[in-house]
Amino acid sequence: MANIRNRLFLIFGLVLVSVWALYPRTVIERVKRDGITVYDTVKRVPLKKGLDLQGGMHLTLEVDDSRQAVADVSDALDRSLKVIRQRIDEFGVAEPVVQKVGDDRIIVELPGIDDPERAQAVVSEAAFLQFQITDRTQALERVLPRLDAAAAAAGIGATGPAVGGDTARRVGVTALFGADSAAARADTLVAGTAASDSAADSAAIQTPQDGGLFSSNISLGQYPGQYIVRAEAYDNLVRALREPSVSAVIPPGKAIKWGAEPIDAGQGTTFYELYMLDARPIITGEYLIDARPMTDPTEGNLVQFTLNNEGGRRFRNETAKHLKENMAIVLDDRVMTAPTIQSAIGRNGQITLGGGTLQAAQDLALVLRAGALPVPLKITEVRNIGASLGQDSIDKGVTALAIAVALVIVIMIGYYRFAGVLAVAALALYVLYTLAVLAGFDAVITLPGLAGFVLSVGIAVDANVLIFERIREEIDAGKSMRLSIDEGFKQALSAIVDSGVTTILSGAVLYQYGSGPVRGFAVTLIAGIVASLFTALFVSRTFFMIWLQQTRGAKTLSI
Amino acid sequence: MIRLFKGTSYDFVRHWRIAAGITAAFIALGLASFAFTGGPNYSIEFTGGTLMQLKFKSPPDVAAIRSTVESAGVAGAEITQYGEDTDYTVRAQDPAVVEEQAAGAEGVANRIQDALTQRFGADEVSVVRTEAVGPKVGAELRRGAVLALLITSLISLIYLAIRFDWRFGTAAVLSLGHDVLLTLAFIKLFDIEVSLTVVAAVLTVLGYSANDTIIIFDRTRENLRKFRKASLYDTLNRSINETLGRSVLTHATTLAATLALLFFAGQVLRPFSIVMAFGVVVAVFSSMYVATPLLLYIEHKYPRDSEDKNQRRSAEQTSGGSAAKTAGASKSRNPAAAR
Repeated sequence: MANIRNRLFLIFGLVLVSVWALYPRTVIERVKRDGITVYDTVKRVPLKKGLDLQGGMHLTLEVDDSRQAVADVSDALDRSLKVIRQRIDEFGVAEPVVQKVGDDRIIVELPGIDDPERAQAVVSEAAFLQFQITDRTQALERVLPRLDAAAAAAGIGATGPAVGGDTARRVGVTALFGADSAAARADTLVAGTAASDSAADSAAIQTPQDGGLFSSNISLGQYPGQYIVRAEAYDNLVRALREPSVSAVIPPGKAIKWGAEPIDAGQGTTFYELYMLDARPIITGEYLIDARPMTDPTEGNLVQFTLNNEGGRRFRNETAKHLKENMAIVLDDRVMTAPTIQSAIGRNGQITLGGGTLQAAQDLALVLRAGALPVPLKITEVRNIGASLGQDSIDKGVTALAIAVALVIVIMIGYYRFAGVLAVAALALYVLYTLAVLAGFDAVITLPGLAGFVLSVGIAVDANVLIFERIREEIDAGKSMRLSIDEGFKQALSAIVDSGVTTILSGAVLYQYGSGPVRGFAVTLIAGIVASLFTALFVSRTFFMIWLQQTRGAKTLSI
Repeated sequence: MIRLFKGTSYDFVRHWRIAAGITAAFIALGLASFAFTGGPNYSIEFTGGTLMQLKFKSPPDVAAIRSTVESAGVAGAEITQYGEDTDYTVRAQDPAVVEEQAAGAEGVANRIQDALTQRFGADEVSVVRTEAVGPKVGAELRRGAVLALLITSLISLIYLAIRFDWRFGTAAVLSLGHDVLLTLAFIKLFDIEVSLTVVAAVLTVLGYSANDTIIIFDRTRENLRKFRKASLYDTLNRSINETLGRSVLTHATTLAATLALLFFAGQVLRPFSIVMAFGVVVAVFSSMYVATPLLLYIEHKYPRDSEDKNQRRSAEQTSGGSAAKTAGASKSRNPAAAR
């Protein structure tokens, strides 16, 4: 009976391996303690839980090509990957996943995130920092009529046609918050040219002007190059500036940028800042080597930064050339502040955040340190699950599993008696082996995966059922016990293998096409079938062989 | 010792007309529903949009949630209670919302969250789950789901054609097609939300039903060799009867696991569990009443005379085939099936 001994040896060997694979072990991982992330040793069962079970955030990012065309998307994403990894490392997340999927997207998985909005910003912010001198040549004032014309031609206008009026209409930029300079030109209004949308309508009603979109809504700011825009006209102006025909009018070497935050002027009115800047940045964030958040009693929260030697030299030269001028600090195409240059600035500078919180300053410092994304990215998918909901799912899934196992045990033992007990023993090994395979392959257990596992407990006994039914038939045909059992296993084999293979194939398709949670389902399905084939064909067989040996060829089998 | 269905000899195949009528009616009803009320209820994953699950400290006023969501500039959101009376979901699937999310999927969710926090206070309401999907991802997933169904069927066809005979393979795959239609009709008629998990359930149903068909066909193949004189019609009936005990047991344990999921695994998995439970019914039904008559029909059209001529007389072939066509009329019971 060396054969049986070898079989038992293999089965128990696999049990030992499985127990070892599932034994809680000490791992070093990053954990969050008192708000800071530290490396620590944790003891846990090495089964990886998906985000939907442990709570956390999944982000899918793609290149945002609405602002600029990107030639080599794949390469740009590779470079972005490094930056995002570094940012997340500094942000402090236990076991983050940052990987490129296909050629055109990055997925980021952040377990245990408690402030998803902040995490999204840290991951997806381009953090492209530029310093640009504000325009002092009244470039905007000079092209206003042409901007108006271009906007009108593009179908975006506060009012009136742009034909034939250029010389007659010397539209000046009105003083701050706009005195009504339109009454005198009321005659140039052409009846029937309806304003194209409501925002423009309300602007026209509040300050009845016939001037174009730009001239009627833009007022001078506090220093050259800064302008103030009414909130009502903001949407239209943003739209107009996106039109190629409008942006073509902007003088070469100049650029228009918006301020970062709307300004609350009190009494429920808000304004936006618009800047005309020298297009060439005197320096960019690539020279930055350090950035730290600070709180200043007078200026509020700010970020102090340090440039490297070369950056510092350039910065000093450039700022010395532009003394008493204003330098806009532009982050991701938005002007954060535009302080006046009092004296040449060397390696150190600061960015004030206006009303921003200290946390905003911390995050800005973080993304500046990690560097800018080489291309702008946008979020195409967010899934966020709270940790409590995940734990709830685990509890419920485990309950369902326990009940399913109990029901299957009752059915199998109730129907097959002694053979049913053997099947249940095989089922117990099935559960153990499946979990061990999942742990061994480092598979991620998701909620659908858990469901697939519960389901597989019901389906896994099918192989045993097929064999038992076959044995019963052979016994009915009057064959001896030993022969019946042999024949039963032999005859049931083809059906078991065929059905197993088709299920594995559909599981493989599911894995190939599915994402995240569904992939977890496919993995448990496949692992379950492999374990079920083994337990039914090998383990149950061994049990029967032992039974035959113990009873020395009994005449009856309780099956 | 319990023995269910031992040595039975029911003439299952005889009732195929009634069965065909029932399944055709159900599918037709489903298709009509598709035609008149549009596609099924797709989840956020497929359409794009934003789904948020909210947990309140105390039962909130639904109208207040709605007005808050609307004040955040999100039109046409659907607000429903989810489980307990402190749990609600906000589902924004409006085309305008989806369009807005093309520029960045997170915007709408963040706006709703800010508005809710402002209205109810950060202590009172918390967002426990957010799903926000841009339109492009949704479109890709829809394509992928259809592709997965097709590839699964194709792979099954090839595998069955290799393992069995092409007639068995074709019958099995056509009955898989039937299973897909039946399950889709079920999903539509019972208004089950089609998520990725539900697609996974449909694929599992396909695999499970294919299993059942394979078990019967495997037995048929064996019986064709064993009882060479018997007609295919009788052999199929005999095979179904012989595998009946196995079918009852396996379906019972699978249904037990499925019901455990349905009642204890929580709301998120409910659509999956319902589809799976229906899938057990589909598997029983289609392997007995769809795959089997299909095989009879194919066998009748393309008899296996060349390879089996010396094994089975062609006269039996035709009698077997015609039995399928006139199954309703032929009351022939198989004496050999009753031991």
